[in-house]
Amino acid sequence: MRMIRSLVQGLLCLVVVALAAPAAVAAPDDDGQALLEALDTRSYADKGEAIEALVASGDERTRRWLDALLDGKLQRHQDTGRFVVVLENRGRQWPVADALSGERLGEMSRRELDRIGINNALRGQLHSTLAVLDLRVDDVRARREAARELLGNVEAAMLAPLQQRVADEADGEVRRLLEQAIAIHRLGQGDAAAVEGLAGSLNPEARAALRAAARSDDVALAEAASGALAGIEQKLKLNRGVETLYFGLSLGSVLVLAAIGLAITFGVMGVINMAHGELMMLGAYTAWGMQQLLPGQPGLALILSIPAGFLVAALAGIAIERSVIQFLKGRPLETLLATFGVSLILQQLVRTLISPLNRSVVSPEWMSGSLMINEGLSLTLNRLFVLGFALLVFAGLMLVMRRTRLGLEVRAVTQSRAMARAMGIRATRVDILTFALGSGVAGLAGVALSQLTNVGPNLGQNYIIDSFMVVVFGGVGNLWGTLVAGLSLGVINQVLEPWAGAVLAKILVLVFIILFIQKRPRGLFPQKGRAAEG
Amino acid sequence: MIPIPTVHPTRWLAASLIGLGLSSPAIAQEDPIKVGILHSLSGTMAISESTLKDTLLMLIERQNAEGGLLGRQIEPVVVDPASDWPLFAEKARELLAQEEVDVIFGNWTSVSRKSVLPVVEELNGLLFYPVQYEGEESSENVFYTGAAPNQQAIPAVDYLMNEVGAERWVLAGTDYVYPRTTNKILEAYLKAHGVADEDIMVNYTPFGHSDWQNIVSDIKRFGSQGKKTAVVSTINGDANVPFYRELGNQGIDAADIPVVAFSVGEQELSGIDTAPLVGHLAAWNYFMSVDTDANYDFIDSWIEYTGDEMAVTNDPMEAHYLGFTMWKEAVRKAGTTDVDAVKDAIIGVSVPNLSGGHAAMMPNHHITKPVLIGEIQDNGQFSIVWETPSTVAGDAWSDYLPGSRDLISDWRAPLECGNYNVVEGRCGGGASEDVATAE
Repeated sequence: MRMIRSLVQGLLCLVVVALAAPAAVAAPDDDGQALLEALDTRSYADKGEAIEALVASGDERTRRWLDALLDGKLQRHQDTGRFVVVLENRGRQWPVADALSGERLGEMSRRELDRIGINNALRGQLHSTLAVLDLRVDDVRARREAARELLGNVEAAMLAPLQQRVADEADGEVRRLLEQAIAIHRLGQGDAAAVEGLAGSLNPEARAALRAAARSDDVALAEAASGALAGIEQKLKLNRGVETLYFGLSLGSVLVLAAIGLAITFGVMGVINMAHGELMMLGAYTAWGMQQLLPGQPGLALILSIPAGFLVAALAGIAIERSVIQFLKGRPLETLLATFGVSLILQQLVRTLISPLNRSVVSPEWMSGSLMINEGLSLTLNRLFVLGFALLVFAGLMLVMRRTRLGLEVRAVTQSRAMARAMGIRATRVDILTFALGSGVAGLAGVALSQLTNVGPNLGQNYIIDSFMVVVFGGVGNLWGTLVAGLSLGVINQVLEPWAGAVLAKILVLVFIILFIQKRPRGLFPQKGRAAEG
Repeated sequence: MIPIPTVHPTRWLAASLIGLGLSSPAIAQEDPIKVGILHSLSGTMAISESTLKDTLLMLIERQNAEGGLLGRQIEPVVVDPASDWPLFAEKARELLAQEEVDVIFGNWTSVSRKSVLPVVEELNGLLFYPVQYEGEESSENVFYTGAAPNQQAIPAVDYLMNEVGAERWVLAGTDYVYPRTTNKILEAYLKAHGVADEDIMVNYTPFGHSDWQNIVSDIKRFGSQGKKTAVVSTINGDANVPFYRELGNQGIDAADIPVVAFSVGEQELSGIDTAPLVGHLAAWNYFMSVDTDANYDFIDSWIEYTGDEMAVTNDPMEAHYLGFTMWKEAVRKAGTTDVDAVKDAIIGVSVPNLSGGHAAMMPNHHITKPVLIGEIQDNGQFSIVWETPSTVAGDAWSDYLPGSRDLISDWRAPLECGNYNVVEGRCGGGASEDVATAE
């Protein structure tokens, strides 16, 4: 603790120095070398002291060094003892720059370099001390981030400067966070008055501090803390309900995405396509391929892979339809077996041509992290996007089926093939296009899934059963049924999961569907009229 | 799963011909030594196992370039059990009975090892198993070059307890033999160290689980009770990627709730965007970042062999390296590839490992290994933050499970027993009921 305290003090001095003399002349290099040399020790306690000394020195390169240290990029050359900052640490040869002068030194082999290692404890200290530094920057968002970082990490030595900060701070949110951070610290010291400042706070750190206080021997403090906790729990109940609903809808949206393409090929055309999952896999691999083509622009690549994924999967769908399915019309068992074969072929093709290993699809910046609703509830962004995407795809498909000539023809051919042909509709062409549409949508699902799960040869297998389950439950041939079935199965699963566990929840959902199908064999929304009898 | 046989029919024919004694004895003298490789090249496990096949091919190629073994060339026989557990047994039988291989290197999952076990014992083969496993097993014909629980799980928990100060524990795993047995051992170990029941949360998920929202939010709630919380993860394979992604997205970072994993290595990390994982832990007996010349040489030859500048090495690869080197030494020592001679010769063989120490084969067919704890870095490598002062000998029977505590394994004469009960003083003491149900 003593170390952190002086570290903080040192950093605060550093801020003052940096603010007072922005153009301060760099200290002679030998100073820096000595400071860094102290870091090159095996003991983490000694390292902590070296960091303390580094900060206390007020050297203006400290921030750069600490950042590099945090990333594990501050390294030392084995033979020359020179300290370098690694600029890029992938592969065998790394480009490096001199830590003291900042001058580029070309490439060095990872064999010659020794890393100055840190562990989680040091990382935590570095984070909170750098946060104190960041409280001074102009960017409000960075200040809020820094203040949040300090929750639960305030030390006694920080109190006075932090209170000063609270007084100077213009942004209300930062002020509130800092006050809470100070209150958490006070509570930890046994100050019962601090409970008031934390009442109603949904911060997990505040809750943790209150829980610890509620266990304390001081009766008055424990009672006050328990009272505050009870109030917070009340608020959290609502939060938890919303959270479960969101989890359910998001799982449901994945199910809908996976199943909606199948709802067209299986539901509308009546083709049991076991290779549906592999069409999704192709979509996901398209997203990966796009990112390989456009390195450094994961966001753009992802957006472009939406149409590309659709096209790739649709073309693969056409190939499957022309080469296998058209010859097996009206023979569902043979279709099932043949498409299962196709699915194995596609999987092994990917294994052989690309790799049996999973590929890494990067999430763009705007899709990682979460959207904070309140301090106890935040919605993860990637799932929010997928939820929105699923609804968009559904709306688009409804439009195609209801408002376009293709949709009209598809509906006509499904209702009565002979009659539609008599009216001059080219049934074969409609078959191809419908299958392509269903496959293309599977490709879209794959692009979305690349953001949630592994992109590998087995991606499709994991979703094929669920897809059939959703389509059958929703009622074959009904898109609305698929939407309702997918979302409700997702919610049921997530409501069951906390008390039944993931394995049992899945089993319970399956049992539920089996029982439901016994009672209503045609699913939630059975097709009515003549089409249902055909 | 549809089995995909990969052994060429002509090779099969050739093997049968040799079996019929049609080849002349002079040629038989020059026959290559056959090494069977039993790793899935298709199906779910191909992701992990296919690199192990390549590792062995590389080791064999290197050995042949140095003139082979006992003056004979080594010939690899690769079969594909296609991630299908019963097929593992069939392929093992094919290797031993038809191909007549001298040794088998293979398997990844415990269930596949259990399926192969009776075949290897019946046909008196040799199997080197390179992956960390749950222990509670010792076979005369199997050599376990991966970690037993006391070489991975227990030291990792010690680290979290003593160095990180964890007081609440989440034991999360995939629902099968290895996590269930390991978690049973860990639960017993934690309780023996005074951890209360309410401070342990156990959670199992199916293979390939991808929807972690609820579980991660549970962990977050469990961790906000004012005590330092750590997650011990025996989650297997693919399911780790969405798990870590969800952790990152829900804002749990390693400084708040560290996750220590036993199945996440360099290979798995190469398929993930590692930014949100920095600081989470893994316990292994080898990391690619180990700073020794032996390791750098191994990495260089691996990169050369694969032709991929970004190729990574991992712990099971080192285990195969050690297993292969030990087998080689034992064959040299015995002067023959005869299974019984090699089995006797290999006990006590000590070879340098890649982290600067030595690995020795113990009488219980497990090896000595250092235990390393590493933190994940943003480049998909681990930085080693802690290691055991010396190597740890693998313990086949855990000291923390009621029925297995009294068992020892010693395959040397005169004991020659895999489960000797020291209390009752007889061989075949039987494992605990707990373990029997876990299987």
